[in-house]
Amino acid sequence: MKVKMLSRNPDNYVRETKLDLQRVPRNYDPTLHPFEVPREYVRALNATKLERVFAKPFLASLDGHRDGVNCLAKHPKSLATVLSGACDGEVRIWNLTKRKCIRTIQAHEGFVRGICTRFCGTSFFTVGDDKTVKQWKMDGPGYGEEEEPLHTILGKTVYTGIDHHWKEAVFATCGQQVDIWDEQRTSPICSMTWGFDSISSVKFNPIETFLLGSCASDRNIVLYDMRQATPLKKVILDMRTNTICWNPMEAFIFTAANEDYNLYTFDMRALDTPVMVHMDHVSAVLDVDYSPTGKEFVSASFDKSIRIFPVDKSRSREVYHTKRMQHVICVKWTSDSKYIMCGSDEMNIRLWKANASEKLGVLTSREKAAKDYNQKLKEKFQHHPHIKRIARHRHLPKSIYSQIQEQRIMKEARRRKEVNRLKHSKPGSVSIVPEKKKHIVAVVK
Amino acid sequence: METASKPGRDVQPKKARLQTKKKKPRRYWEKEATLTAAGASPGPPRNKKRNRELRPQRPKNINLPKKSRIPGKPQFPKKPREQRNLEPQRNLSGAQDPFPGPAPIPEEVARKFRRIDKSKKLPHSKSKTRSRLEVAEAEEEEISIKAARSELLLAEEPGFLEGEDGEDTAKIRQAEIVEAVDIASAAKHFDLNLRQFGPYRLNYSPVGRHLAFGGHRGHVATLDWVTKRLMCEINVMEAVRDIRSSETGFLTYLDVSVGKIVAALNARAGRLDVMTKNPYNAVIHLGHSNGTVSLWSPAMKEPLAKILCHRGGVRAVAVDSTGTYMATSGLDHQLKIFDLRGMFQPLSARTLPQGAGHLAFSQRGLLAAGMSDVVNIWMGQGMASPPSLEQPYLTHRLSGHVHGLHFCPFEDVLGLGHSGGITSMLVPGAAEPNFDGLENNPYRSQKQRQEWEVKALLEKVPAELICLDPRALAEVDVISLEQEKKERIERLGYDPEAKAPFQPKPKQKGRSSTASLVKRRRKVMDKEHRDKVRQSLEQQPQKQEKKAKPLKARPSALDRFVR
Repeated sequence: MKVKMLSRNPDNYVRETKLDLQRVPRNYDPTLHPFEVPREYVRALNATKLERVFAKPFLASLDGHRDGVNCLAKHPKSLATVLSGACDGEVRIWNLTKRKCIRTIQAHEGFVRGICTRFCGTSFFTVGDDKTVKQWKMDGPGYGEEEEPLHTILGKTVYTGIDHHWKEAVFATCGQQVDIWDEQRTSPICSMTWGFDSISSVKFNPIETFLLGSCASDRNIVLYDMRQATPLKKVILDMRTNTICWNPMEAFIFTAANEDYNLYTFDMRALDTPVMVHMDHVSAVLDVDYSPTGKEFVSASFDKSIRIFPVDKSRSREVYHTKRMQHVICVKWTSDSKYIMCGSDEMNIRLWKANASEKLGVLTSREKAAKDYNQKLKEKFQHHPHIKRIARHRHLPKSIYSQIQEQRIMKEARRRKEVNRLKHSKPGSVSIVPEKKKHIVAVVK
Repeated sequence: METASKPGRDVQPKKARLQTKKKKPRRYWEKEATLTAAGASPGPPRNKKRNRELRPQRPKNINLPKKSRIPGKPQFPKKPREQRNLEPQRNLSGAQDPFPGPAPIPEEVARKFRRIDKSKKLPHSKSKTRSRLEVAEAEEEEISIKAARSELLLAEEPGFLEGEDGEDTAKIRQAEIVEAVDIASAAKHFDLNLRQFGPYRLNYSPVGRHLAFGGHRGHVATLDWVTKRLMCEINVMEAVRDIRSSETGFLTYLDVSVGKIVAALNARAGRLDVMTKNPYNAVIHLGHSNGTVSLWSPAMKEPLAKILCHRGGVRAVAVDSTGTYMATSGLDHQLKIFDLRGMFQPLSARTLPQGAGHLAFSQRGLLAAGMSDVVNIWMGQGMASPPSLEQPYLTHRLSGHVHGLHFCPFEDVLGLGHSGGITSMLVPGAAEPNFDGLENNPYRSQKQRQEWEVKALLEKVPAELICLDPRALAEVDVISLEQEKKERIERLGYDPEAKAPFQPKPKQKGRSSTASLVKRRRKVMDKEHRDKVRQSLEQQPQKQEKKAKPLKARPSALDRFVR
């Protein structure tokens, strides 16, 4: 007879000395790992709960301005520098790592309407209510020197916004019309206008750098081509857009922050329907900024909160609010896609984490692996009701919460009316307009 | 941007022109497109000649290396993976790989690691979801192949016992096996004579290191059976029965980690004597005196299923480690094996001279049955097949009547408790040779055990999730999906996913006149109508077949009530 018994040599399974690692032989046979799915479900549940436990996004508040913060600008080369302009004409440069203001400039008399940095990071431009455009050096004045702008341009009308080209020495201002300026000249190289109303903001496209987008008071968004010096096309919405922001990863996508509490993501090639309508705010959306990954954006609203939306979803994934933070005027996502800065009415700039429960700093490889595993688990089981309920749960201030309930009732009433109209009219006489198209009035080429 | 691209375009044709004039020397990293004759391995000095011969014959291959944009960087040919592997690997010496391509993997091994049930049909979904599902399925296929390949790394082989020249393995006695085997394994066979405290029942710990046994008259002990070191011993002066089911017919689930009673279910079948747990889905199988086996889960008040197994009472139930087969033995001297994952049908049956009072499955699917003082063990063909009850694999006669049977988890040993004490019997091929270090690890240290306990407590499955199919949580919840769809249609007043009526695109040159628009619309509507009719015609014969089938089964008196 031929016989062999299973006999293991303990030398192969037990470590030799106390200083060695333990030996862990692996066998991935599913019969040895019973209850895979329920165990993973319990782990996902724990991971979701822990995520909520560790969700502490607020980092710091930068104090110093003496009037509401009107605009923010990022330094293109330094992650730790941020510039802010206030409603009393003051411009401050902050160091985020030290959380201190490193420079203060009294730039304008009246509001600082817009601030933008040059792509090389050596200077920045500001526009104010005193009809001037000023260019300043990024480094402070030397010993014994006065705080003086490098260059001042006097205009005839009030400028309401400014943005610098991403590659060339050109910048654009908006006010009564959109002006394109060369840095060396004192008069614009071209002025573009379409319609008769004032323009509130202008933004250059970071990828197709000759494209510009602007928002006007007559509820339209106009796209311009700098090379041809003409406007390209415009889309007219229901209500006025406050700002737009171009997606840094997709050349033709931009998001518009609108007064009707929504944000609209458009594809500029087809402006007749927005790619997505983002509905979650309960008051006018004042500012929007994209994450450098191009997958998410943050929006600041008059309802004292900021929300983070994924580009492809219509609901926000995160909402940040504090009792002390009043109407949020401007918001920016830092260039390492980890932090969000928002400037608000009550003179403070706040720094938040983009992922609320993320651990900052250098992670060990085990921590990274555990974090990735938990992330994947949460993704796998995100639709199960218990886990969805926990992951979705956010505390909201009473004002926002009650506003949400009220607006839901109003929306329900409108929807019910529409459904009844549809039901009780001849089939085919009432056309069904999809939700996305409802907010667009017209597209003009 | 525009100005930048122009010089590039001009440069390229010039360079191409230069190239055709000068022949590029063949680099060692550029593989040849043609194959030489099989087995030809020319020696090194013949290399250059061979290359020159073959070069003009090289056929146009779409995968020829493109000109690298970065000057000086070698351009590695980007061929699809399979093509790269199937081509014979040519070394500098010219030798060829005799086994080109990736190593083949046995299909059953890869099937073991596949978890998606492709036979289940999902409801119609949008293209984005469908593409994601396709990607997930392709990934799972790849992963199952990789996991099947990783089986090569498993260190141990299972045991075996083969008779030579038609010798019956059942006739081989334990003493002969002990002689033929190495010392360490021989030491695993031992006999504890404990006649004083009555017939013994025993249990191995899930790791396989420790053995706990209790005698009828109150002797309870645990020992590390490998080193024969006694861990604790107490004598309770009362009868120790099996501590799990109750006399009054209630099945109680006690949560051991929290110490709370999770559920108390009334089995409504009198005394509960026969009980076993299904290791695959933690469902409790109870055997009753009317020949049925009922399956219970703590989440439901009623049994999940009831299976009629025997003509008399059920004496013993055992479920194998994968939860596929259930072996039952009854007072009618039958031993039956049922299929638990399909339709609960009996797969095989065997009449025994005496009823088997105790049954146990090993990790590799061996079935042990204890009948009075004889123990029989049956084996199946492979891991996936049920044990064949024709010929027993091994038998053993004990000094007393069998009172308990349990296979040791990771050792080829069967522990028997009988009226004369405890015997440990050698069964080559019973146990899983390769354990997983992060699950039950017989060689774990104290720290590892503590860590494992903490992790196990953190991921403890709550009692509500115990059901017949433990993978139910990972399936698509089709019922909720359909319900949500219905609710949405009700709420909106129309179906948002229904295809919008065809709108003919406006065309030039008179093709957009009213008449032609109407014609185009009619064409599309007719085509859709034809497709619908064709589909319904295809479905009709299927329905008729379904109706015809049950009628062909045994005609009964109640058929006249069937419409």
